[in-house]
Amino acid sequence: MFKTVIPFGPQHPVLPEPIHLKLTVEDERITEAIPSLGFVHRGLERLADLRDFHQMIQVVERVCGICSMIHAVCYCQGIEELMAVEVPPRAKFLRVIWSELHRIHSHLLWLGLFADSFGFESLFMQFWRIREKIMDINEATTGNRVIISVNVVGGVRRDLSHAQIKWVLSELQMIEQDIKRLENTMLSDYTIKKRTVGKGLLTAPQASELGAVGPTLRGSGVAQDIRQTGYAAYGELDFEPVVETDGDCYARCKVRFRETLASIDLILQAIANLPAGETRQKVKGRPEGETVTRVEQPRGELLYYIKANGNKNLERLRIRTPTFANIPALLTMLPGMWLSDVPVIVLSIDPCISCTER
Amino acid sequence: MQGDIIAVGPETLVREAAQAKVDGYRLVTLSCVELDAETVDILYHFDKDLTLKHLRLTVPKGTPVPSISAVHWAAFLAENEIQDLFGLHFTGLAVDYEGTLYLEDEVRRTPFCRYSIRQSDKNTPAPDARQEMGEN
Amino acid sequence: MFKMTPNVLRNLISKKATRRYPRQVRPPYESVRGELRNDSTQCNLCGACALKCPSQCITVDKTAGTWTCDPFACVYCGVCVDTCPAQSLTQKREYRPPAVERQTIFMQGEPRKKTKTPEAVESG
Repeated sequence: MFKTVIPFGPQHPVLPEPIHLKLTVEDERITEAIPSLGFVHRGLERLADLRDFHQMIQVVERVCGICSMIHAVCYCQGIEELMAVEVPPRAKFLRVIWSELHRIHSHLLWLGLFADSFGFESLFMQFWRIREKIMDINEATTGNRVIISVNVVGGVRRDLSHAQIKWVLSELQMIEQDIKRLENTMLSDYTIKKRTVGKGLLTAPQASELGAVGPTLRGSGVAQDIRQTGYAAYGELDFEPVVETDGDCYARCKVRFRETLASIDLILQAIANLPAGETRQKVKGRPEGETVTRVEQPRGELLYYIKANGNKNLERLRIRTPTFANIPALLTMLPGMWLSDVPVIVLSIDPCISCTER
Repeated sequence: MQGDIIAVGPETLVREAAQAKVDGYRLVTLSCVELDAETVDILYHFDKDLTLKHLRLTVPKGTPVPSISAVHWAAFLAENEIQDLFGLHFTGLAVDYEGTLYLEDEVRRTPFCRYSIRQSDKNTPAPDARQEMGEN
Repeated sequence: MFKMTPNVLRNLISKKATRRYPRQVRPPYESVRGELRNDSTQCNLCGACALKCPSQCITVDKTAGTWTCDPFACVYCGVCVDTCPAQSLTQKREYRPPAVERQTIFMQGEPRKKTKTPEAVESG
């Protein structure tokens, strides 16, 4: 059989961001996939030389446009650990609330894009309509829609008032209803199942061997979620990772769908247990030493390695984003699949290429 | 820093990484840190049941580093990244982009190094390193 | 099959999710971080905002007494507003409207008097 090499991307209708895959196909079956990156490499890690460690918060928020809040939480946790700063409990709970809001809107964005990838455009619109309400909550409580810039070393910059909490609760109730209304379509529609069940298989041993993270890992039946380590206030909340065992695109889709509902539950818990008090601890001095911190992003585990030497600039900042870890898993999912399934499989790991290349 | 840090040398690196795999550890990533003009640290982060373990390899710039991608295939992306940004050379990479993962073909500088080393500055460059760094 | 039908029917009878934007604008929320403003009567040109700004979009010239901000480089994080010791910086609730040419937010303040002692200049 003839081997043909087909370039997929960097510009492709299904990809919001540029990644190039060199697909070797036999007939219409894929036999090999080689990625090439570097289209949006910005060298943000090196900006630590030019910006001081407070200003870096705004820089790391811009690593990813969707989960910016969670990047900042991870970075601040690392610096706080190095400077031995104790974050006030209220700030920890507020970090959870905004992180989970980000997770919901990221998953809703993905669910919409995923529906779009197999051509279900009206479902895409439905999810994005719900997402808009989350953006409104972000804007009303923090001042910005996506890159909300509320984290500082030692706490958060904004607080939730009583009126705001009441309003957020009523909005969340509506959002939960709206999402549940789409559950029947997203998880049991014949056409959706036809496009996703059995596509892009990844078994549990493969997933952990290839270092897959987040919903890609949990969709294969490995119950690992960094939120289990109890960073911020997650340790005080009742939390179970969402797991599916099939390891195909459909399982990953179910994980993300159920995680949006789990996130709403987490926010409700966090609001119910929100302690009173300060939201920000004044910090003095400069960080020194090295540390590794991890948080759970919508796409999976995020790791920051921070090395500081007592100067106002950090010595080294290393960011390992979840998509970077999921690309090897993607490359093993593709061989054996039809060419027409590639967009669905590529999207099923929720690729965030700006994250990957930083 | 959470987790144990185990210092390894270039000769014991692959063995330790394979041991970690046998013990059920998942490779999280590699971090490269420039220590001074001559040496870099490479940290190999491993995770098992939410507990971290790190291998620390200190190597002089210019000497080739054994790749662990034969054991942990997923390491090839991180190793290629370090190859691009720090100008190190990994031997035995599963997929070798030869310095073009992030950079263009003609770029022969190492953008993440504070101390840029030109080929002529080095006393005894390894043959592999010379090929990697080019004529510049 | 027909799993989407109840949603489609609901959409037919429910009200629109979108607005006819330029004619109908939603009032901005209370604490939105909009366009940056500097009150020239209160600003003492200390330069704290220029120092703290993560995108380095503010320049302060103490001798000429000018304060300039490039709104296209501004990331609307509000760090300058938080750090301003004289509380002269504020953010409007409205966002900056789209523009067809480059703009700068410029403010002419009172330049430093030469007669002041160097210590006084530095402490300001």
